[in-house]
Amino acid sequence: MLAHDTALVFGRYARQTLRSRFQMLFGILMPLLYLLFFGPLLTDLPLGSQGSSWQVLVPGLLLQLGLFGASFSGFSIIIEKQTGVIERMRVTPVSRLALLLGRVLRDALLFVFQSVLLVLTALVMGLRAPLVGVLIGFAFVALLSVSLAALSCAFAMTVRTPQEFGPAINAIAMPSMLLSGLMLPMALAPGWLDVLSRFMPVRYLVDAVRDAYIGSYATSSMLYGVIVAVGFTTLAVTVGTRVFRKAGA
Amino acid sequence: MAIISTAGLARTFQTKQGPVEAVRGVDLTVQPGEIVGFLGPNGAGKTTTLRMLTTLLAPTGGAATVAGCDLVREPGRVREKTGYVAQSGGVDPTISVREELVTQGRLYRLTKPQAIARAEDLARELDLTELLDRKCAALSGGQRRRLDIAMGLMHRPEVLFLDEPTTGLDPGSRADLWDLVRRLRDEYGTTVFLTTHYLDEADALADRLVIVDKGTVVAEGTPSALKLKYGGSIDATLQDTFLAITGRSAPPQDTTPVAV
Repeated sequence: MLAHDTALVFGRYARQTLRSRFQMLFGILMPLLYLLFFGPLLTDLPLGSQGSSWQVLVPGLLLQLGLFGASFSGFSIIIEKQTGVIERMRVTPVSRLALLLGRVLRDALLFVFQSVLLVLTALVMGLRAPLVGVLIGFAFVALLSVSLAALSCAFAMTVRTPQEFGPAINAIAMPSMLLSGLMLPMALAPGWLDVLSRFMPVRYLVDAVRDAYIGSYATSSMLYGVIVAVGFTTLAVTVGTRVFRKAGA
Repeated sequence: MAIISTAGLARTFQTKQGPVEAVRGVDLTVQPGEIVGFLGPNGAGKTTTLRMLTTLLAPTGGAATVAGCDLVREPGRVREKTGYVAQSGGVDPTISVREELVTQGRLYRLTKPQAIARAEDLARELDLTELLDRKCAALSGGQRRRLDIAMGLMHRPEVLFLDEPTTGLDPGSRADLWDLVRRLRDEYGTTVFLTTHYLDEADALADRLVIVDKGTVVAEGTPSALKLKYGGSIDATLQDTFLAITGRSAPPQDTTPVAV
C-alpha cells in the first residue's frame, strides 16, 4: 500500500514538473554560472588536492545544486496549503508517509537530472573524471536531495506564510554552503574554520564526492560521507514523517 | 442506527494566551440519508467540529463514530467512507480536471480503469464533461464548486461533509447545487452534513438544523419546529429564529457615539 501510494503521489508531482520546463531547468542556473564564470579562475590555483580544479569544483557545484534546490522544495507545500490541496489529500486514506515520500523522490529525480546536465556542461569545460565516480556523485546528490527536501517539507507544514519560509531557508542554506567548502576545499581553511565545517553534514558529502571524482573509492572520506549521508537521510525522513503524521495544517 | 453520533466531542487549542476551547462538547446524532444543516455564528466552532469529524483534527475530549467507525481509533476507515469538501476546495489550478479527478479516485484506492470510468460518470452527472480537459484554473466559480464536490464523491462516500458549499456562488449556481445535494440523497441515500451562513439555504435544503454557539449545540430540530419554538410562530423568519437562539440581535442604535 505504501509503495502504491508513494508511486501515485510521485506521479502527480512528476507530471507537474514535466509540464514546467522552467522548474526543470531553473535550478541549474546558479551552479551553471559558477561553472562558467568561477571555474576558469581556479584552473591554475593550488587547491591542495589531487586532480584538476574541475574535479574539485564540480562535486561542490553538484551538492550546491542539491542544497539550494531541495531546501526550497517546501515552497510548493505552502502554496498547496493555501489552495487546500494538502487538506483535501489528508482526508483521503492515502498513507501519510507516501505524501512525503512521493514528493521527495520527485525532488531527488529532478536534482539528479539537473546534475547530469551540469556534469555534461563541465565535460565540455574540461572536466575529466571516472564514470563510476560520477555515478557515485549522483547518488550523493540524490541522498542530499531526499533529506533536505524532507526537512524542508516538514518545516513548510509548520510555518504559515512564504514570508517566514523563504528567509529562514536562506539563512540556513547560505552558511551551509560556505561552511561545507563547496566552492573551495576546506583543506585550504585555517584551523578554526576547518573545525567549524566539521559540524556541517554536507562537508562530509562533498569530501566523499571529490574522492570519487579522482577515482579513490576506498578512503576514509568516502566512508564518513556514506555514513553521514545515510544517517542524515534516515533522520530527516523520520522527522518529516512525524510532522506529516500529526500536522494540523 | 445513526450514521454520525458524537458525545461530548471537544477540542481545546493551546495558545500563548492560554487554552482556547473552540468546541466545548458537541452531542450530535445524524440518521442515514439525512441532510443536516450545521449553523452558528462565526467562531461558534463549526469548522473545528467539521475538521474533527473528517479526521483532520484530533479531538481533545469526547467520542464519536462516523459511518460505523470510531473517529479516534479508526481514522483510516472513517476516511474511506466519508467525503469532505472544504471551503477552499483543494484542486491545483495548473492540473486538468480529468487528472485531478482520476488521481483523487486513486488516492481512494480505486484502480486506474475504475478511476477513469468514475471520473467520466461523475463529470456527466455534474455537467463537467466539456471541461474535463481544461485546467482547473480555467473554471468559473460554479464549475469549480461542482468539481470540488465531484472530488469528494469519487469513492461514493456514505457521508458527505460540505463546508459552506455555496459561498460566493451566483443564485443560479446555488440553486443547481441545492438540486445536486438533494439528488445525492434521493438517488444514492448519501448523508449530507453541511455548514452554511445562508439561512435561506438551510431552510430550503436541510431536513434538520443543528445550531451551535460558543462551542456547544444550543438548538436542533426541523426548520419549522425551531421557528415555532424560538421564533414564536411557524411563520417567523429563520433569521429571527437564529438571532433568538444565539442571543445576537441587531446592533443597538444610538447607544455610544462613534469615536471621533
